Amino acid sequence: MENLETFRQYTRDWLEANCPEDMRQPMRSDEDQCWGGRNWVFKSEGQKLWLERMAEKGWTAPRWPTEYGGGGLSGSEAKILGEEMARIGARRPLSSFGLDMLGPALLLYATEEQKHQYIPDIVNGKIRWCQGYSEPNAGSDLASLRTKAEDMGDHYQINGSKVWTSYADKADWIFCLVRTDFDCPKHEGISFLLFDMASEGVSTKPIKLISGTSPFCETFFDNVQVPKSQLVGTLNKGWEIAKYLLTHERTMIGGFGLAGGGMKGMGQIAAAKRGKKDGRLRDASLRAEASSFEIDEMAFGLTIERITDETKAGQGTGASSSILKMYGTELNKLRQELLMAISATDALNFDSDSKGALVRSWLRSKANSIEGGTSEVQLNIIAKRILGLPA
Amino acid sequence: MILNEEQQLLKDSAKAFLSESAPISALRAMRDAGEDHMPELWTKMSEMGWPGIVIPDAYSGLEFGYVGAGVVLEEMGRALALSPFLSSAVVAASLINQLGTEQQKEKYLPGIASGELTAVLAADETGYFDLSSIETTATASGDDYVLFGNKRGVIDGHNADLLLVVTGGDEGMSVFAVESGASGISCETRLIVDSQRAADITLDSVTVDGDALLGTLGGASDAMEFTIDVAAACSAAEMLGISIETFERTVGYLKEREQFGNKIGTFQGLQHRAAQLFAEIEVSKSAVLAALQALDSNSEKRSVLASMAKAKCSKVVRNATEEGVQMHGGIGMTDEFDIGFFMKRAAVCRQAYGDYHFHADRFASLRGY
Repeated sequence: MENLETFRQYTRDWLEANCPEDMRQPMRSDEDQCWGGRNWVFKSEGQKLWLERMAEKGWTAPRWPTEYGGGGLSGSEAKILGEEMARIGARRPLSSFGLDMLGPALLLYATEEQKHQYIPDIVNGKIRWCQGYSEPNAGSDLASLRTKAEDMGDHYQINGSKVWTSYADKADWIFCLVRTDFDCPKHEGISFLLFDMASEGVSTKPIKLISGTSPFCETFFDNVQVPKSQLVGTLNKGWEIAKYLLTHERTMIGGFGLAGGGMKGMGQIAAAKRGKKDGRLRDASLRAEASSFEIDEMAFGLTIERITDETKAGQGTGASSSILKMYGTELNKLRQELLMAISATDALNFDSDSKGALVRSWLRSKANSIEGGTSEVQLNIIAKRILGLPA
Repeated sequence: MILNEEQQLLKDSAKAFLSESAPISALRAMRDAGEDHMPELWTKMSEMGWPGIVIPDAYSGLEFGYVGAGVVLEEMGRALALSPFLSSAVVAASLINQLGTEQQKEKYLPGIASGELTAVLAADETGYFDLSSIETTATASGDDYVLFGNKRGVIDGHNADLLLVVTGGDEGMSVFAVESGASGISCETRLIVDSQRAADITLDSVTVDGDALLGTLGGASDAMEFTIDVAAACSAAEMLGISIETFERTVGYLKEREQFGNKIGTFQGLQHRAAQLFAEIEVSKSAVLAALQALDSNSEKRSVLASMAKAKCSKVVRNATEEGVQMHGGIGMTDEFDIGFFMKRAAVCRQAYGDYHFHADRFASLRGY
């Protein structure tokens, strides 16, 4: 315990000395996130310094082993780091699918050589990854994917297309599910490949969403050549890796259910906008809804904490990511609905500047319960894997 | 946020004991015999020391804390075990411990801890736990006090030895420990839906000596807030147990009942509702544990977490028991089948110590809106 307290003091002092002032301000919108990568243009000197300093310590990936550039922290230490960052309102130095999704899968399934090749550049934000999973005819039924990788002797040749590839147009590399065997049950002929988005034959086309933004792309592969050394795990056994990675994606998306750092509670936001009477929010119906929402939000935050602690203690259930994904995304949709309700007609502004941020984020949230496996798919997983209900 | 080894052991032993000593059939037998409580079960619980779980060691308690009380209550909720554990050993004991003088604690707490003395909170006069305008009065008369007032719906109040009567008036809230047999107390009981009885208690010129006043006159507000937190969090734990047990029985039925040539558990309409409910129960588990831990650490978030837990678990247990009956279909509506007992007890727990609306309102006020 004494060691942990020492670690807390050390961390507090280090953050105090190293976290730039503008990185302690709440993010105003998604635009303030730092994604890194070969083509990243830092929004400020502070953003650059913050990423470099945190990456130098491995604290962008606090729990990953130091030999691959990670922080090598224990679960308790990582929790302290999180608490101390939250205490000063420090932003996350790097948002990254490499950190949230690919890295954990590489740590488990990649060869030693692959780990050394790919993980350090995830930690330091040098390479930005995207996820090649969904296809036009393989959404909820992901395993029916048909993007093909042919064995050409010294390399694989990829043909096909992906859809809903988040930020494919901005990413440097892709982790991609491909079919390497068509003559077997659909789950058994899938492999997990990594390749450079700058490879010849790769093209992307952003998809404009109802929110007016284009976080997703269509991605096309036309005779793309991928060295065989970039296969992760065993040929035709990629589905296992795909599923493992999905549990991380779901947990990450489920985290949307939490209020962002520094965000005021729903009731306080409502009170600031609508006013109070006798110490109570003026609109009684809105007050009741805000209270109900905050109760669920708080209980959900505690659930993430509890499941994290249980996993750490080896008591976790594998399918808990489906609970977090389903619950967190439904909660975030409700949050956006309430924020719209509070601002009422003002919330309808669709200007491209910051005035339209509320309505865009409300529209964007509707994707939360679709991306990474719909709420319905999560309920199927809970029903079958946890409850053991018959097929 | 996980149970430590001792807490887990206590939970396991409570589960084992209750499944042996307090099956639903015992509750059914009690009801069919026209009884309203289970004194033998309480004797056995007392032999195991349970009534002393939250009481400090100095007063012959186990000093095991509120997480300990909560895990036992969760198992009691599963078994629908009727006892004065929550009302006397947890709620009343906590109030005495908060408010009483050293002498008063020594007078009452060891008796409660052994299970020989049962005490009950007599606070509500409205039927909806509105403690903002208590009309029961205590008037000083020499060294004594004279109490007048009416208390409503004190569950199992007619079987308790000691009433903790809350009084209002200009000086603020006070609490008096009044023996239930004292002259001037009359009690009418009503059968309530879970086969217990609720007592409407009239205090008509009940004279008690000055020692009966717990703490100081008008000085009970903070202790009452703490006690409401205790009652809310612990009652939430009991509701969690009811939710879990009802849910497990219901999922079991989905796996066994066949219609249209299939197990009904294969139907997605039912699978999704079951999965949704499971997620809600998982979330309410965390709410309960956090509220109990906040009581043990006396955290500044104690009241917010307690009201959150009570509100959340009230909603979830309503959902769980309703789905429990619905998914069992016609048989779920029959008296012969046990699932209805869970719905009935849940209805009582949901009302005890403030319902969803009371706690959602308190939560909002505590959060500054």
